[in-house]
Amino acid sequence: MNIAELQAYGYFALTVFMVLVLYGYIYHLYSKREDADGHDYEEYSNIALRDDVTDTPVSAISDDKVHLEGVKRNRRDI
Amino acid sequence: MENRPLEYDYTVAKMFMFTTIILGIVGMLVGVILAFQLAFPEVNTILGQGLAEYTNFSRLRPLHTDAVIFGFTLSGIFATWYYVGQRVLKVSMAESGFLMFIGKLHFWLYLVGVAAVVVSLLLGITTSKEYAEFEWPIDIAIVVVWVLFGISIFGLIGIRREKSLYISIWYYIATFLGIAMLYLFNNMEIPTMLAASPAGESGIGAWYHSVSMYAGTNDALVQWWYGHNAVAFGFTVPIVAMIYYFLPKESGQAIYSYKLSLLSFWGLMFVYLWAGGHHLIYSTVPDWMQTMGSIFSVILILPSWGSAINMLLTMKGEWQQVAASPLIKFMVLGSTFYMFSTLEGPIQAIKSVNAIAHFTDWIVGHVHDGVLGWVGFMIMAALYHMAPRVFKREIYSKSLMATQFWIQTLGVVLYFTSMWIAGITQGMMWRAHDEFGNLAYSFIDTVTVLHPYYTIRGVGGLLYLVGFLMFAYNIYKTMTVGRKVEESELQNASPMGA
Repeated sequence: MNIAELQAYGYFALTVFMVLVLYGYIYHLYSKREDADGHDYEEYSNIALRDDVTDTPVSAISDDKVHLEGVKRNRRDI
Repeated sequence: MENRPLEYDYTVAKMFMFTTIILGIVGMLVGVILAFQLAFPEVNTILGQGLAEYTNFSRLRPLHTDAVIFGFTLSGIFATWYYVGQRVLKVSMAESGFLMFIGKLHFWLYLVGVAAVVVSLLLGITTSKEYAEFEWPIDIAIVVVWVLFGISIFGLIGIRREKSLYISIWYYIATFLGIAMLYLFNNMEIPTMLAASPAGESGIGAWYHSVSMYAGTNDALVQWWYGHNAVAFGFTVPIVAMIYYFLPKESGQAIYSYKLSLLSFWGLMFVYLWAGGHHLIYSTVPDWMQTMGSIFSVILILPSWGSAINMLLTMKGEWQQVAASPLIKFMVLGSTFYMFSTLEGPIQAIKSVNAIAHFTDWIVGHVHDGVLGWVGFMIMAALYHMAPRVFKREIYSKSLMATQFWIQTLGVVLYFTSMWIAGITQGMMWRAHDEFGNLAYSFIDTVTVLHPYYTIRGVGGLLYLVGFLMFAYNIYKTMTVGRKVEESELQNASPMGA
């Protein structure tokens, strides 16, 4: 088996593997519906709809560090 | 320090909005001149024989492509990034002096790069690689600009309040990584001053000249892996990033299916990089590679339509908004043109169709229904949505925007229909032969037949340019005399004057 044949088999195997990963991901999205943080994926659409700097994040980076809840704050004061 | 409420800072977004408009005008104007040169060759010497060197087709053509790709589109991508990035990450540029400095440096270095590109292309200094014409000193400057863009993206992500990255951010990151990889590998080149000939000469050519590190078929392969994926990561991925933000925001509708947006993203990333081989069908590259390019191009319909259908379904139950708002019209038609050109491309990539389509005007038509109908419409819609929020004024004229929409739509339709007919006519005439195998037509026969279609294409392009000037005027008036608006008017649908 020469290098070109090896490449061709390798390429085919990689394609099959990636197809499986992609379909696995699709199955995961639709069967679990929620991510690891317990948020329904569809909630994330609200990131665009409620995007004022004072809006509450859909999933805040850290609840103790940032808690906006409609309170206007200025990080430059901290 | 004064205790003002925190606001998003659009300084850098504004700067890139200006270059989007100015470079859009330049690129499209040069495009229209080129279209008329093809129909009426005397336009090549429109400024006289003395200046023919600077006005002929071959000198202006790279200026057109590079001005619309790296000028208009890239500025649009940067402008929307500096707007959307802050909003979906819920963090202001004003919160970081460092990121503000990087953003401004990004803009000014980009402008220096643009000036260097314009001057060098007009002087005829080029590497002769399509869409990668810049010589090595400019390539290095572009890499620096791109690194600054990356620092800005990941810097803003680093200080974000919203933990989850909105789907548009995924697409902006993909744009950054994709173009970085493509640009670096395709522009691997050796300055000729470092080379030595077999005869022992050294320091060959001007200091800025270079030769590609790849040769022959390999060079073609790398070039079209780059060329096609520049379409992927310049004309598709960042524009999808825009529509995923601006259409839901302007219409007030949540994305139809966020899950579909995620899987279309990975589908697009998985498939797109393999499709470039379709540019080299019936060439010297290995046959299996040509077949792979064809197959992956056809599969590419799925993720492309996944995003486009997701956008159209976002308007479900709200179609009256399409009739009422010219801004939504631009985005819905943009998404429709995206579906259309991502169906047309795979058809052209099928080997038997490619036998007719390759090297003909049908390819030019395909590119333009994508860039005029999808990229151009989406970038203008994005800027229209941004203008009231950035300038705190309502859009100057809704009726002007609606008129612009119809003029440009007519322009796009004239453009691609004329190029379809021209391309297929051309392809059929080139291969026609008699029973002895002699070609039925000479090249000039095709030119004569195609003349009317070239004229129609020129008119189509001119209409699009006229529409773009109306857009520029509308934005200028918005900025200067538009009615001042309150924050409360800016939630969803953009405020527009009559």
